[in-house]
Amino acid sequence: MADALDSSPLALRVSESVGRSTVRALSSVGFGAILAGQSLYWLVLGRRQGQVVRARPVFAEMMEIGIRAIPIVTLLSMTIGIMLAIQGIYQLQRFGAQSQVVFGVAFGMTREFAPLITGILVAGRSGSALAARLGTMTINQEVDALRVMGMNPVRYLVAPSFLAMLVMLPALVIWADLVSLLGAGLYISADLGMTLSAYFGRVLDLLRVGDILHGLEKSVIFAVLIVVIAIVDGASVKGGAEGVGRVTTRAVVHGITAIVLTDMLFAFATTRG
Amino acid sequence: MIEVRDLVTHYGPREILHGVDLRIEPGEIMVIIGGSGSGKTTLLRHLLGLKRATSGSVRLLGHDLAAVSSLELFELSKRIGVAFQGGALFSSMTVGENVMLPLVEHTRLDRETMEIMMRMKLEITRLSGFEDLMPSELSGGMIKRAAFARAVIMDPVVLFADEPSAGLDPTVSRSLDELILELRDAMGMTIVVVTHELDSAFRIADRVTVLDQGDVLFIGTVDEIRRSENERIQNLLNRRFKEEELDPDEYLARLTGERSRT
Repeated sequence: MADALDSSPLALRVSESVGRSTVRALSSVGFGAILAGQSLYWLVLGRRQGQVVRARPVFAEMMEIGIRAIPIVTLLSMTIGIMLAIQGIYQLQRFGAQSQVVFGVAFGMTREFAPLITGILVAGRSGSALAARLGTMTINQEVDALRVMGMNPVRYLVAPSFLAMLVMLPALVIWADLVSLLGAGLYISADLGMTLSAYFGRVLDLLRVGDILHGLEKSVIFAVLIVVIAIVDGASVKGGAEGVGRVTTRAVVHGITAIVLTDMLFAFATTRG
Repeated sequence: MIEVRDLVTHYGPREILHGVDLRIEPGEIMVIIGGSGSGKTTLLRHLLGLKRATSGSVRLLGHDLAAVSSLELFELSKRIGVAFQGGALFSSMTVGENVMLPLVEHTRLDRETMEIMMRMKLEITRLSGFEDLMPSELSGGMIKRAAFARAVIMDPVVLFADEPSAGLDPTVSRSLDELILELRDAMGMTIVVVTHELDSAFRIADRVTVLDQGDVLFIGTVDEIRRSENERIQNLLNRRFKEEELDPDEYLARLTGERSRT
């Protein structure tokens, strides 16, 4: 094996680059974990060290991450609800079991689609914004300025977004649950002649608290992933404005990939225990 | 005030500073000059505790920056002010909010007192009336002035300025020099300025440190540097382009891209 490597510089180069990117990836994961830990630290213990996480930026971030995302989350989750109802009815017609569509819609939306769609939307909207902001601030030496002014950048820049995301993403998922079930209900009542109240009665019969919680737990993990990935990518900025564009794109791609992978792993882990 | 001992630093595998020794005394204006790549910006980042050295030590106000706890560093940061090259004002805040930020973060003064202090500093930096503008609405010179106002809002013991006159026209750059002198005279600050502008350096400096490719070439007063007979310093003063001695073999290797042969 060693001989093969020696005689073939290409293999050596490939293995070296694989090794290097693995180390780099691992160190970003480590950096991300440190960021998450430090954010929690400052949120809980900041006051004692004169490094308070202030309410105002947290609320400002909540507005930006949560409230301003409501229109698009509403539109998309309602659309997905309707889409799921259309496909469900079409498939179940073959067995003459159209009325069972409620079953699929209720579980599908609360356990899967609402958290997934909301997570992807927020990663696209706020993950990119966070990465772009941090990238620009790093390039303009604003992060250095914070440090020399005695303001911990994690406390000042990351912790408010972290807290806002942890609160608002699950809240958006609850909203998406409601809106998508309503959308599906409207279609089902029109198509199958089931009244809306009968539909919601069925939904409430079928759903257990655990199903809603399954979605919410995932959204908490997504929240952590979105912030951490955006900050790690944003902080890795190199070069000028072009670099900011690059890290912003990278943050969105990494964020969405991590969300989809985590979603699958979480579903796998929690449904087999 | 500040004491640097045998500071060696690397950027990646490249050694940037090769053992820098430097003392900065209370109340003086020390100007660190050098061309691009001389390591002056790196040195400044070490003085500010933004980078970790490979070896050697930096003592700021009696604390070894490599050994201080984060809490001590936090306390230390309240006693220094930094005016960054590009200003580093926060673009989401007005000029006034930027200048007040250290007060908001580190003191329990009421808002009105903070605003009065902020206006006083803007007055000194001749920016009064601009507190409600956003940084993007200011000119380059005004941004640097606002950065100075923010740097001195806590009445620091030491003020650092990175390239205060770079990229400004001579009149504006001169007025910033005046500002630095005023700050020292009025508040008795120790001021460390990093610059490549010789005119500006000679106008304000009590002492000058000349950095050249990571080495301290010279430390002394403006008169001493003018009288210096060191060829490299004279080259720098007279803006002569330095002829590199050419090693033909190395030159050939460089051109053909065979770095390993040297």
